[in-house]
This record gives sequence, structure tokens and C-alpha cells, in this order.
Amino acid sequence: MPGKLKAKIVAGRHLPVMDRASDLTDAFVEVKFGNTTFKTDVYPKSLNPQWNSEWFKFEVDDEDLQDEPLQITVLDHDTYSANDAIGKVYIDIDPLLCSEAATIISGWLPIYDTIHGIRGEINVQVKVDLFNDLNRFRQSSCGIKFFCTTSVPRCYRAVMVHGFVEELVVNEDPEYQWIDRIRTPRASNEARQRLIFLMSGELQRKIGLKVLEMGGNAVVGYLQCFDLEGESGLVVRAIGTACTLEKISTLPSTTTQPSNSSPSKDMKEPVFGEEAPGVPLSSGPPTPLRAQTFSSFSPSKSYSRQSSSSDTELSLTPKTGMGSGGSAGKEAGPLKALLRQQTQSALEQREYPFFTLTSFPPGFLLHVGGVVSARSVKLLDRIHNPDEPETRDAWWEEIRQEIKSHVKALGCHAVVGYSESTSICEEVCILSASGTAAILSSRFIQDGSLDVEHRLSRQPVVFTSGADRVEGDMGSSASLGFEEVAPPGCGFCHIPYDELNIPFPAQLTYCYCCRRNKVPDVLFTTIDLPTEANVTGKGCLIQARLCRTKKKAQGEGNATAISNLLPFLEYELHTQLMNKLKLRGMNALFGLRIQISVGETMLLGLASATGVYLTALPSPGGIQIAGKTPSDITYEQHISNMQKKINDTIAKNKELYEVNPPEVVEEIIGSPIPEPRQRSRLFRSHSESSDEVSELDLSHGKKDAFVLEIDDTDAVEDIHALLTDSPTPQGFYSCNTEIMPGIQTWTSAIQMFTSVRVFRLNNLNLTNQGMNKIFTDLCENLLKSLYFKLRSMTPCCLCHLNFTVAIPEDELIQVAVTAVAMSFDKDQALENGMHSGEKTHIKAIHENDEQLQFNLELNPDCLTATKGLADVTGCHPSAKASSLEKNSPLPEGRSRSLRSNRSYSGGSVAVVKMTPLSFIPGAKIIKYLGIINMFFIRETTSLREEGGVSGFLHTFIAEVFAMVRAHVAALGGNAVVSYSMKECVFMENPNKNQAQCLINVSGDAVIFVRESELDAASVQPQSVTTQTSNGGEGT
Amino acid sequence: MFVSDREQSVVRYNVNVEYFNTYTDVKMSVELDVFVGNTTIMDKEVYQLWLNGYTVNDAVKVRIDGGIMEECEVSVEVLISDTMDQYRTFQMCERLLHHPAKLANQLLFQIPPDRQAMLIERYYAFDDAFAREVLGKKLSKGTKKDLDDVSAKTNITLKSCRRQFDNFKRVFKEVEELKGPLVENIRQRFLLPDQLARDYAAVVFFANNRFETGKKKLQYLTFQDFALCAGQLINNWTVGAVDNMMEDMDVDLDKEFLQDLKELKILITDKDLLDQHKSLVCTALRGKTNVFTEMEASFKNLSRGLVNIAAKLINAKDVRDFFIDLVEKFIEPCRSDKWTSIDVNLYLTHYTNSAHILDTFKHHGVWTRYMGVIKTCILRMYHE
Repeated sequence: MPGKLKAKIVAGRHLPVMDRASDLTDAFVEVKFGNTTFKTDVYPKSLNPQWNSEWFKFEVDDEDLQDEPLQITVLDHDTYSANDAIGKVYIDIDPLLCSEAATIISGWLPIYDTIHGIRGEINVQVKVDLFNDLNRFRQSSCGIKFFCTTSVPRCYRAVMVHGFVEELVVNEDPEYQWIDRIRTPRASNEARQRLIFLMSGELQRKIGLKVLEMGGNAVVGYLQCFDLEGESGLVVRAIGTACTLEKISTLPSTTTQPSNSSPSKDMKEPVFGEEAPGVPLSSGPPTPLRAQTFSSFSPSKSYSRQSSSSDTELSLTPKTGMGSGGSAGKEAGPLKALLRQQTQSALEQREYPFFTLTSFPPGFLLHVGGVVSARSVKLLDRIHNPDEPETRDAWWEEIRQEIKSHVKALGCHAVVGYSESTSICEEVCILSASGTAAILSSRFIQDGSLDVEHRLSRQPVVFTSGADRVEGDMGSSASLGFEEVAPPGCGFCHIPYDELNIPFPAQLTYCYCCRRNKVPDVLFTTIDLPTEANVTGKGCLIQARLCRTKKKAQGEGNATAISNLLPFLEYELHTQLMNKLKLRGMNALFGLRIQISVGETMLLGLASATGVYLTALPSPGGIQIAGKTPSDITYEQHISNMQKKINDTIAKNKELYEVNPPEVVEEIIGSPIPEPRQRSRLFRSHSESSDEVSELDLSHGKKDAFVLEIDDTDAVEDIHALLTDSPTPQGFYSCNTEIMPGIQTWTSAIQMFTSVRVFRLNNLNLTNQGMNKIFTDLCENLLKSLYFKLRSMTPCCLCHLNFTVAIPEDELIQVAVTAVAMSFDKDQALENGMHSGEKTHIKAIHENDEQLQFNLELNPDCLTATKGLADVTGCHPSAKASSLEKNSPLPEGRSRSLRSNRSYSGGSVAVVKMTPLSFIPGAKIIKYLGIINMFFIRETTSLREEGGVSGFLHTFIAEVFAMVRAHVAALGGNAVVSYSMKECVFMENPNKNQAQCLINVSGDAVIFVRESELDAASVQPQSVTTQTSNGGEGT
Repeated sequence: MFVSDREQSVVRYNVNVEYFNTYTDVKMSVELDVFVGNTTIMDKEVYQLWLNGYTVNDAVKVRIDGGIMEECEVSVEVLISDTMDQYRTFQMCERLLHHPAKLANQLLFQIPPDRQAMLIERYYAFDDAFAREVLGKKLSKGTKKDLDDVSAKTNITLKSCRRQFDNFKRVFKEVEELKGPLVENIRQRFLLPDQLARDYAAVVFFANNRFETGKKKLQYLTFQDFALCAGQLINNWTVGAVDNMMEDMDVDLDKEFLQDLKELKILITDKDLLDQHKSLVCTALRGKTNVFTEMEASFKNLSRGLVNIAAKLINAKDVRDFFIDLVEKFIEPCRSDKWTSIDVNLYLTHYTNSAHILDTFKHHGVWTRYMGVIKTCILRMYHE
């Protein structure tokens, strides 16, 4: 019996009227965990019942603690008929199982009903006593920390990164069980909610076990998804990166260093395992013999029920250490090649050298190859045995293998920024995976505390002689030399592959920063912009949108049709991205996310990324239009007009995004083609883009290599589309990554939002072009609406602007976007415009630390007055306060202490910030309280009365936000970071006046402290006064 | 199981027709469009339009006329979308605004305290023109039914009239039975700023005592005129005004005081006293005003009028006629004699003070309490 779960029901408020006669409610509460249920007394005739129950104790296995949610049901007692349910609260116990996370869940939580929404709130307290069972880690994985954040969490440092973990569990969907025909919608929804809770718990536990096996203590970049496969079942799957994390001491006196560069010089003992110990040379292989292309876009890797057999890339695995003759005579070359080989082999020994992380401490990421992606079309069939989800496992395995082979083709050994997704329409399912091929410093993987100081202060170098490895501190000219060779600002741009075996046509130049290594002309990645990267100007959101019609079909035929369309779709998305990138005068994409959605009669493709100008990469050439028949004069004129427009746009964009790289002497070297052609044709001309061994003559030549050839109407449309993208309004910037290059001076004003739109196509006989235009307009209009809504925040940047598209019904397109608007200080932004992001980061964290110190000193004096402050700074004081209050038998005492603690009663509700980013500007995260992973279903049979579909969804999203905030506040937190809405499935049936929606959200609950507590000090008294003035009402 | 039938989907709700039409090619229509912020975004301007009872289309027109399209470079679609979205937010908030205290501890919307205060203040703000129409009427369903007349007369949308009426009624019901000072009760229960709470107190006080304000002769008086008078009455003539323990309510007039007022009749029934009073006042006024002759001539009538009003106040029916009586018995005669406000002030001051010098007059306390209010009210109500 390794754990005791304790729950106490304190009070309720704002309950709905359940008895029409008296306008009151006789409420009582059922508390259920597993198969054990407790009940409170009935509190008669009140809408604000005070149960003040005893502590209900559940003695349970910790395995159950991980799997099961605590289920609280509020009911209305009815003497004569069955008791009516008011609503439920599901509480995830998981954060309480980890010693470093939350210690108590205590607060007002919304009572939720799937038909009526939020119906009042209930004040509960939940605690867990884990018995000190040494063996407990063997049976469950209690204590493993989970983070949605895709970087090393702010108050931790990674001692070791173990690698990829994945798991999936399947079950029958209750909505499709026979019993669903006879039960109420409410019962059905609740069965589904509960099942998904259970499945996520189980999934998390299983992943945790894998992490334990690997020797880790945390999962970072945890990404959990649902596949609602309808008749064939329900799949919950998750991927993540197993790490060993170490908490950085938050004592302000000891560390004023940036979180990821703790000054502690204590080296971890090198771990000698099967994997090679670290190769510290941050610059990595300077072997300039590998060529690079814009990306390793691999569009055609989609098959209908076929195994991916065409992986010829495997043969292209770069031969490391070979042929370094052309490498500008670096003595260290062979040595490093060897080192690299080792790193590579270390990683290759893993089944999947994948990392879900998107940003890394400096020095971890050595080189970036480009985007790798794989898709496959599958036909769903019923999952016969939920305990053996082998088919689904095999599908993903196939895809991952394919990704792995692409990575090899790019001369890389790892995938970073890895993610997986699905799109399901009826029985067809598209599985997608994408990531960025990269070469990592194995030191971090091996014993790597991800720690800059560390790396710079001591550079262990591995000498290789036969099988022996000696690790020593070089500190010699050699290692210094390497540092010199590859400054951190450009190192990751250097090509990781063999110049002579370029997997793609590419144009290589020497790096514009260090002038020693080769870089590609364009770089596409799925990761965030590395903080150390040298960037010119600012970035911007770039989207490629595409809509393709398809014939209705069934089964195999349908799957084949889709997989035949996919390559073209990806290819065109890629072309669009490339064109739009050039149009902005930029040369690299970060955070690239390509989403393909399948519907019955169409396929939608949406690619979003953040374009930047990497200083290390060559300046992109302009776009040139060429006509097919130069004889016609009007035609020529038309073309030159368009050309002029394009040139103007490029010039305007360069100014807008401050892309003004220093002029450098062009020297193109090492282009693999002896005589580069002046013009290459538009990408569309070769549909075999998937082909890694494409003909050499497709590569670009000199500067103005990018030529759009107008040989058909399509291209004309394309160019028009290119120019119709309206620029972001004055004062706005946008990106889909964590940070915006060129902006550092964030203010503390942030506004997270979710916007959902559903469009109906009224005319289905549209051409592809027509559909494209509609889809593009739709996205553009949505963006314009966002800018307008948030105009009061300018100057501001919309960060993490990620769109999710879906085709819920035949002629419906659904676009959902969750992002955060962050204000910044314009003047300083201009001043520091050219600085790299890293500096501000460090600066910001410095300030944080100082502020924290200040805050702690200040805190005791104003503990009673500034409840928010107390809440934030010390979970210990608040925990103590709440334990005191439990002993107090008087309700007055309780409410008072509660108020001073977390402002539950009467007063205003504690503010909880939400953001999709991993940080909060102007604040420092001092504690992670656990993962928030919530799933809700809402259904209505009175759609019109609830304000139609918009009213219904608006309320539901607001309710979801409210529930997330309440649960975070109950954990003692004041913010959710890395928040995302992973699922928003909306269905309607207006004829029956019905609608249903499923939403899945996740994030990390945290406690943060403001950089300037002056803010807090000025805000607090205000809220205290409001509280006292209306205090009488709530209690 | 949730069944969505893919075949039929013809009728759409909640998307107004114009929105369709703005998409000129009609190739697509917006089926659903929501925006939800973690901190609820509310545009003050749109909120005011909503409060004013404008439809979405009208609100969009007003915004366009305000030049927002040029200022922010937005299209009509964006404006419509934003306006509809905001309207929906306000509708969802309205339920909470009915109990302002709940707004602070509800969880559904995260609204900063200053925003909450703004929302409440504007929601409860009312048009004086509207209040003037409803003032003194019973806040009943019957009155609510007649609001379309009020709307037509005041040029305030019916929707806005209904909201204002419901606010009156809600505040009235809430504080009707409460003990303690009326203004303070309203201020605390509805988290209103002081001035607004005072105005509501006036509305409640008038509704409770059913003062007649609709007569033609009273039409020239504004809401603020009455509000000031109500403030005077509340502060001086209710039980709460004298009893600091606030045992009783502020809403009703002090019965004991009204009883005592009958004693003042001596000022007009006793002929000697009346003459004495007149001569004292005339002596004091002589040479100080241009309308002295008129004052002297009408003294007895005016004094009779004021004292009679006082004596009758014990009857609920006469309380209702309080203002009309003041106008008929005092203000109108003075006005026809072309008194200035200064004249009225001068007259009332001496009229009040002289009574204290009368040897046989004993009711100084009641007289002061009565005349203090009367003087202030008359001065306010005396529009030259």
C-alpha cells in the first residue's frame, strides 16, 4: 500500500438552482477514486454550501495514483426521485506524486457538466502521502517529472539527455460502443472524459517507466496526442525526450548567473558506457566537404499501405573522415572526423536518435542539416485487442525509420525539434512526422550538463587510439583553435554533409561569419532560432497555404489517391515557402510546421514558419520572372510590371524587417556543378523533388538564381498570391517560434488567446486555384482580425502563432490558432536591434535574480497585505498557512486565512497567466508544479439558445481557460507556460439544434516572480481594497 | 452518441446576413468565429455601443463613421467580426454584471480590477433623460411595458431603456429591505462610484415614496434637480438622518418628524404670529430687493403654502405631491412676480430665521429641519 490520498471538501459557491420551488439546492458531494467512494452530508437549501468535511482517505497503489484521476461529483439531494448531478471535477493527482512539484491542491475549482458547462465552484483540498517504499519506482514511475516545455526548463539544468521516449495506448471509444445507444449524452461524454483521463495517466506512467529504465528523471518536450479514430477506436500517444534534470538552486545569494550557465565547475564524472564520451568541440566537424541544400524536404515519402522501401538514401550515408583534402588544410580535420564518427555511432546505437526539444543550450547543437519529414497514409481498421496496439506501433515505427534514413542522407545523426501528428477522415489516416536533421555534441548526451560555463572552462578532448579513449583537458592550441574556427553564432549553419555527395542540389558558399566553413544558401528547420545565432534584422511569420481537391473515394482507392496527391502538395508548399522567403529578403526558416489535413473532397496544406536573415548565410537573390514567349510586347510589359512589383515588395520588406546585411564580396565556391547555369527553372518544373539524387543541373547558379517561369496560368496565380500577402500592420511583428530575433525588451504585458473560425465553402465546384485563394484569404483575414483585436498592445509581437487546420465536414474548413501577444519597448528594441538574443536572455535572467533577492527580503513585512506576493514567493509559507487553517474549526478563521493565503473567498480571483511560450517576459520561473493535461467534452441540445455555434464555442473555450487557471491556482501556481490546445474537434448539427466539441489542452503549471516587484506592490493594495469592500458577499 | 448529419445543413444561426454579403463572391461564409483571450479583451467604445442598445450592424456603422477603418487599416469584415465577438463577450458577462460582487470572484473571465470597475460603472450608468421619465413610478412590469413610449420620447433605444429599467429595479429590490445608509448600501452592493450610488439612491427613494414627477408643471425639472432634492430628503428627513445607530432604513421618511410637522401650522393659524412673522421678514428685506412689494404682498400666501405642505406630509398621498405642491404653492407665484434666484434665497433665509425670533413659536428643531430641506430644494427647483 504505497500511498494514501486524502481529500477534503470544504465548500461550494455559485451553485445552480436545482429546486425550482425554493430557488435553492440541497447539495452533497461524492468523492471517488478507483472503486472507493465517499460522500459528504447534504447541505440543505443553499447555493453556497459549507460542507467542511472530514479528510476522506484512500489507500491505493501508486500505480493507480498515476493512472486514475480523483473524481468529485456534486449532486442535488432529492428525497423522492434520483439525485440530480450538478457537475464533476476531475483532479489529476500526478503533480502531487513528485517531491519537487506541488505539495497540495487546494482551491476553488469549477464544477463542470458536459451539457451545462461550469455550474458553480467547489473548494477542495487534496494531499498525497507516499510511503517510503524504496522499491516503489519499480512498479510505477512516480516522481518522474513531465514538462511540455520543449527546452530545458528554466530552473533546471540538464545533466544528461537520454533520448527519445514514446508510447501509445489504444481503447474502444465509448462514444461508439453499443451501450451508447441507450445512455444519455451526458453519461457518454463522461465515460469518454474519464477514459481519456485514465489513458493519459497510464500513458504517462508507461513513459515514466521507460525513462526510469534509461536512468532519467524527467521527460521534456512531452507531447501527447489523441487520435479519435471513430469506429476503430481511440488512440492516445505521446513522445518526449528523457533527461536527467538537476534543479538549479534558487537561492538568490548563490547564483546570479543565467540559469543554464551555473558557475559550478563540478564536472560530472565521465560516464563510460557503450556510448562514446563527450566530444566537446563545440564547433564540431569543420570538415567543409559536405554540401547542403535548403532542406531535405522529402515529400514523396507517403505510401498507401506500403512499407517505405525506397530508402536509397541509406547508401548516401556520409563517409566521415574521408576525403578531407579540400578542407583548407586543417590539421585537426582527421581527428575531428574521428571524434565525430564516434559521436555519430553513439547516437546511431539508439533506436531513434530523436529529440522533441526545439531549443538547446549553446553548444549542444553543432550543425543543422535541414528539415526531414515523412508521411504515410493508412487505412484504419478496428483495434481488436487494445492491449496489443501493435499495428499502430508498427505504423509509427515505419515512419520513424524513414525519418532516420533521411537523416543519414543528410550526413546527420540526430533529429531535433521532432514531432508527430495525424489527420483522420473517416477511415483514412495520414501519419506525419517531421524534425530537423542535426549533429549534436555528444558530450551533452553523454554526461552533458547543458551548461556553457562548463564547456568553456574545461574542454575535455577525446583522443582516439584504437579502442582506448582518453579524456583529458586539452586547453591547448588545438582546442582553442577549434573555438576560433567556429564561432557559436554561425557554427550550426555549417553543412554537416559531404560536399561531394550533396543529397540535394545546392549552392554553397563560405560562411559569411567565419569564412571558413561552407554554408548552404537557404536553411529550413523545425527548431527555434538558437539563442546564439547571428541574425540580421527581425523575423516574420511566413505561411504557405494550399488547397487541393480530390475525388470522393472509399477504402484503398481513397488512400492511394491521397498518397498520390501528397508529394505535389508538399512540393508546392515548399515552393511557396521558398518564394515568400525570398520575397522578404530572408534566407532561413525556423519552427517550420507543415500540417496536412484530409477531408472527403479536399486536402489542405498549411506550412508556417518564422523567416529570418541568418548573417552566416548568403544574401538571397531576388526573384526573376521569365516569360515563356518573349515575342509578345504587351506580355513583356506585363511581365516587367510584375517584376517591378516584386522588386518593390522585396525592397519594402527589407526595410520593414531591417534586413540590411553588410555588403560582402561574393565568392561562390565549391558549387558541385562545374558550370552553373544562370537560370534554373521554377521548382514546379520538376515534380520529382522527393528525389534525393536529383540531377545536378537543377541546382542554382549565381545570385539571381531564383527564376519564376510563367509558362502556365498556375504560375501567374502563384505570383499574384505571392504579392497578395498583406504586410503586418504598423507596430506588429509575428512569428511562430518562441522568440523574435531583434526584439529583446519585452514588457510584462502578455495576452494569450485562442481564435477559432469555421468556414463553409458554398460552391464545391471550385478549381484548385479558387480553393487556394479562399483558403489564403481565410488565413489572412484571421491574421488581420488578430492584429485588429490586439491593436491596443502595440508595439507588440505575436509569438508562437501556430495555426491548426481541420476539415470537420465536407465543405467546412476549421482554422484554430493559439498564440501570445507580447508588448515590447520600441525605443530600446531599435537600439539593441542588432544584438543577438542570447545577451538579453542572460541580462533578463540576471535581473530576475536580483529582483528575486529583493522580493524575498520584502516579503515577510507585507505577507498579510500582499497575498499574491506570498503566494508567489513561498510555497512554504502558503502551505503552512493552509495547514493552520485546517485546524481552525471556525468558518471565519478559515475564510480569513484562506484569503490571506490565496484569496479564495470573497475577494478577487488570483490572476493566472497563460502563454504558449516556455517563459514569461520580465519574470523568473522559480518552480514547476507539474503538467496540466486536460480533456473536456461539451455538448448542447439548445444551440440556438446558447448563441449559436459561436456562442457555444466561445463559452466553452472560456470555460476551458477558466478550468486550467483554477487548477493551476489550486496547485499554488500563477502561470501556465508552454500551453497548447492540441485538439479542438467541433461538430454541429443545426437542424437538431445540437453541437459538440472536444478540447484537449496541456501546459506546465509554474510559479513565477516578477522582475520588478514594484508592479506587484502597486497592484496588490488595489485588489485588497476591492476584496474588503465586497468581502461580505462571497462568504 | 453525437450524430452530425452531413447531408443537410441549410440554416445557419447567429451569423447575420450582411456578414454573408460582405464576402462578395459568396464562395464561402463564416460559420463560426470566436476569439477568446486569457485576459478578456473588451473595447470600451464597443461596450458603450452595446450598452446603448445598438445592433451589431448599427455599431459597425458607428465605428466606421468614427474613422476606425482608416485609422487601423481594417476591412469591414474584420470590424464586423470584432464587433460580433465583443457583443458576445458582453452578453456572456451580463449575467455577472447583475451581481457586481460576483464579477470579482467568478472564474470564467479574467478581467483586471480596473476593467471590472469600468464594466460595472458603465453598465449601471443611466441616462438622466431616461431616469427622469421613470422617476417616482412604480418599478413594475406595467412600467416596463410602457418603456417603448419612453424610448420614443427620449430617443434612447428600447434595449438600453430596458437595461436601465432593470438596473433600477435590481438595485431597488436589493436595498429595499436593507438597514443602514442608503447610498452606502448601494455603493457596497453594486460596487458603484459615489456619485452614481447617490443617483441610484435618488431613484430608489423616489420609487419607494412614489413622488409625483410626471405632471406637466414639473416637466421643466431635470433628473439632477430631483436627485439633489432626494439627497436632501434622505439626509435630513429619514430616520437614518437623525439616528446614527442606523437602526432603520433610509428609504422611508421619519414618521415622527412628519407628525411633528403638523405643529408648524401654528405659524399660519395664529394670526398674530403670522403678522409678526411677516413684519420681521419685511423689515429684514426692505431695500434689499427689487421685488419687495411683491414679496410683501404674497407673504401670507407663500407662508401658508409652505406650512400647509409641511402639515400634510403625514399623509402618504400628500408626500407624493410634495414637489408639485412646492411648485404650485411657492415657485410659480414667485416666478410670476419675476423674483430672481437671489430674491428667493434672500426671502427664504429671512423667512426661516425670523421664525426663530417669534416669542410664541416653540418648534425650532422641526422648523430648521424642515426649512433647511425646503430652501435647498426650492433653490434648486427655481429655474428663472
